[in-house]
Amino acid sequence: MIAPAPPTDQAHLRAAILDPAQPVPQGLQDGAGRPAGRRFSVYRNNVAVSLTEALIDGFPACYRLLGDETFRGMAGAYLRVHPPASPLMMHFGQALPAFLDAAPQLARMRWMGDLARLELALRSAYHAADGAPLPHATLAAIPPEALPDQRFGLVPALRVLRSDWPVLSIHVKALDPTAPTAQPGAEDVLITRTDYDPQAHLLAPGDVAFLAALRAGDTLATAIAAGAAVNTDHDPAAILTLLMQTASLTASLTAAEPAVQTN
Amino acid sequence: MPGSPTLPAGPGVGYKPQHYNAILTDPAPVTWLEIHAENYMGDGGRPLAQLRHLAERFPISVHGVGLSIGGEGRLDPDHLARLKHLCDWLQPASFSEHLAWSTHDGAFLNDLLPLPYTAATLTRVADHIDELQEALGRRMLLENPSSYLAFAESEMSETDFLRAVADRTGCGLLLDVNNVFVSATNLGLDARAYVADFPIEKVGELHLGGHDEDHDDHGAPLLIDSHGRAVADPVWALLDVVLDRLGPAPLLIEWDTDVPDWPVLAAEAARGQAALTRAGERAAA
Repeated sequence: MIAPAPPTDQAHLRAAILDPAQPVPQGLQDGAGRPAGRRFSVYRNNVAVSLTEALIDGFPACYRLLGDETFRGMAGAYLRVHPPASPLMMHFGQALPAFLDAAPQLARMRWMGDLARLELALRSAYHAADGAPLPHATLAAIPPEALPDQRFGLVPALRVLRSDWPVLSIHVKALDPTAPTAQPGAEDVLITRTDYDPQAHLLAPGDVAFLAALRAGDTLATAIAAGAAVNTDHDPAAILTLLMQTASLTASLTAAEPAVQTN
Repeated sequence: MPGSPTLPAGPGVGYKPQHYNAILTDPAPVTWLEIHAENYMGDGGRPLAQLRHLAERFPISVHGVGLSIGGEGRLDPDHLARLKHLCDWLQPASFSEHLAWSTHDGAFLNDLLPLPYTAATLTRVADHIDELQEALGRRMLLENPSSYLAFAESEMSETDFLRAVADRTGCGLLLDVNNVFVSATNLGLDARAYVADFPIEKVGELHLGGHDEDHDDHGAPLLIDSHGRAVADPVWALLDVVLDRLGPAPLLIEWDTDVPDWPVLAAEAARGQAALTRAGERAAA
């Protein structure tokens, strides 16, 4: 016979902290030896409130659109199923998009999961490694005839998000009520980080294929062809200009030849 | 980056990013800063850039809040590696963690959870501190917790437990004066007796923070260690008792929620400086 685990082991405590419906574990008491009662609720409250606040901080647009009561309710359900997997709260909430996708009460707001994905991507860009962007002078010194053969890298903070919903327009409107109301339609989003604050930009059809080719280490000519294959009217100059203006291009890490030859 | 060998025996504050410009412009009377280790474990961006800049101007104390030293499971090797990486490049003046657990079976609960003071807990905590100190290649300070309840199975007092941990591992102690006041009030103990019994020779840093007031099921006072307001007057009075035993020491003001503007926090630090000065005068008299 194996003796039952004592009621104050950490598995029992963890379960009782995360589930207020469970009784307070035995063996916990006040200074006079009386059962701990609501003293145990301090820990329950600290855990639930601090994790809920972390989700509010991490998903401000979802919070605005769901409202305080609904968001806190969903956060309380989420944190019990998906408590943080590490002490790095900057990563907490990775499973929230899928959780929102599956939430029956959001059947009429199916875009909420993608909005959470966008907010996760912004947070991840904020904490991404610093890049070593090519200086404007280096880019400007590339002779036009050499451009097609150039390969570029992309700074670590760069993120691309594809959505069947107008996710960027919804995000902007959520945080700025004076912004235009989102119109139906899919949106592709690019997140850049020039210094420390990530910025989200709306991408044009063909941009995602263009960026994927650059990321794969292909030449600029190949990337342009990839964009045109998706959208015959694709304008590679526009996305290339955006990448330059946001200091998003680095020397290629994959090119067999030096990334930038200025001769 | 050249690290500072020790924390100065003056007032420090828990660093909040919203105070970055104020601290660089006019930090007085603050002479050192403490950061929560887990907030500086990203790959780059503003948090690390600010920390690099601040570390050129101020001694830094790295205060871990997520290692779960009192956890029943083994220390998370990934987190241990992250702490080592941070301490290796930052070379902080001090590293401290808590007598508490926060992770069980892969779930991090984001709170400092309580431990029974038993021989088994002592062995586990001491083993984890040995492992941590070996990994970091430095001595750590272990902080006394704030308690809202007690374990029926506890076999020794908190001060005896901390003394035994320090003796076994060679670690130092971080004495949180607010935690002493909170725990003593909540458990019906004598805060001054706790201070008198504390292994004071092991103390390398003091903490002070604000607490909230609530009540338990019987109407007894239940203080919550919230770090969301000014330090209470009885805690300042208890600090005087500590300083008369300890002498001058690095003294940190913690204010983590409802964070005030810099002048309010600087005024708390000035109150800490005044307490250190008065204690020095009493010692000289």
